[in-house]
Amino acid sequence: MAYTKRLDGRKQKEFRQITAKAGVIKNADGSAYFKIGNTVAYAAVYGPRELHPKFMQDPSTGILRCNYNMMPFAGMGNRVRPGQNRRAKEISMVTQKALLPVVDLKEFPNAVIDVFVELPQTDAGSRCAGICAASIALADAGIPMKDLVSAVSVGTVDGTIVVDLDYGEEAYDGSVADIPIAYIPSTEEISLLQMDGEITKETLLEALEIGKIAWHEIIEIQKNALKEKYKVSGEENE
Amino acid sequence: MGNLLVEERTVVVPGEKIAEGLDYLPANGAYRKDDFILAGRLGLLIMDGRAVKIIPLSGRYMPKRNDVIIGKVIDVTISGWRFEINCAYSAMLSMKDATSDFIARGADLTQFFNLDDMVVVKIVNVTSQKLVDLTTKGPGLRKLYGGRIVLVNCNKVPRIIGKQGSMVSLIKNATGCKIIVGQNGAIWIDGEPKNEVIAIEAIRKIEQESHISGLTDRVTEYLESKCGKIQMPAQEEQPQEEQ
Repeated sequence: MAYTKRLDGRKQKEFRQITAKAGVIKNADGSAYFKIGNTVAYAAVYGPRELHPKFMQDPSTGILRCNYNMMPFAGMGNRVRPGQNRRAKEISMVTQKALLPVVDLKEFPNAVIDVFVELPQTDAGSRCAGICAASIALADAGIPMKDLVSAVSVGTVDGTIVVDLDYGEEAYDGSVADIPIAYIPSTEEISLLQMDGEITKETLLEALEIGKIAWHEIIEIQKNALKEKYKVSGEENE
Repeated sequence: MGNLLVEERTVVVPGEKIAEGLDYLPANGAYRKDDFILAGRLGLLIMDGRAVKIIPLSGRYMPKRNDVIIGKVIDVTISGWRFEINCAYSAMLSMKDATSDFIARGADLTQFFNLDDMVVVKIVNVTSQKLVDLTTKGPGLRKLYGGRIVLVNCNKVPRIIGKQGSMVSLIKNATGCKIIVGQNGAIWIDGEPKNEVIAIEAIRKIEQESHISGLTDRVTEYLESKCGKIQMPAQEEQPQEEQ
């Protein structure tokens, strides 16, 4: 039976409702809150700052260090042991690779920019939410960046192409392909693409085209979150 | 041919298209991509003739030559002192740039500056590897005694100083505190404790509301409510320290 009606009633190409805010963590140099459906991600950026341990310092450029963490109570009810597991380490790595193409770190030799992504509540799409939040946070911290990075998953559920799979769809009893993707709108490049499931090449290309529309919409939401922070009756600095 | 796509003095975000055509030149914070000029960071768009500049609103201090800053001594070496200057890089003050007095070889350098001392210093050089050299030879450059240090967003420092030092003079006259503003966001305040608190509150206010117009009036109002009518001396000439 084909999957025509989505579990939560959304349209095929519709992503869940997004709330995005910049500057939510006062102690951090830059921070963001990104909520998509029931998945909530916080990102905090510290830096550029001195890098310890010293052997990691690179005299030709700064480095970007990402740390992804799902809080123990974030999932579906059972408490997960706190601390990094293999999955979190991998997501930390792909987050860093997704953000690296847009940031310009040549200005900060021997220094580090630390990005912390924490999720208090998840309902699938956590790494994408984390990347979206981290993008906003990096811009909020004043890091030189070519562009923001937008991310959301595309995929198929029982043959139907959908955008932004939630937990119910990922765990659907049928053939599912879950493909989180991070996208850089100004250059139209993909900086993260992972896949869980099976899909044909044609369907994948079709899904990417559908995803493009979603990424362009999401990047506008991210940009507005930054502008909102500085919006006050239209007056300017200095 | 070319047109500006965004109004001047608006906040722009990374990747936002600012101008089209070949007429405009990307300056700090902006870059060219094909036919467009895009923002390369979050900041305020300022046009300088044909140059497109982005003034940062956030971000840690990046050391620049000739900046006068306030640093803290974190190490005393054989030939000088190492300072923490509120950024990712530390800075070095060598003996010869510290004082014209003769210092014997092997002398105890802590007599001049000891660990945790706060000093007003000037940056003489920043290398490509971000090695920073300092000097304390110059007007207003000295060790600080007493008072307290407040850290602010270094991008707000110009606003806190004001045109020709007008804003910081307002606070100094109202509270009677001595104030030195470092370009790295470190501010030294010395006065009666309760006046120091008022000065700090005024500075925080400026930091938070810097992008709203009418700030000078609001700050004056605030200071007058706390300290009474402000006596502005007849002709205020600007001491070097604040610049």
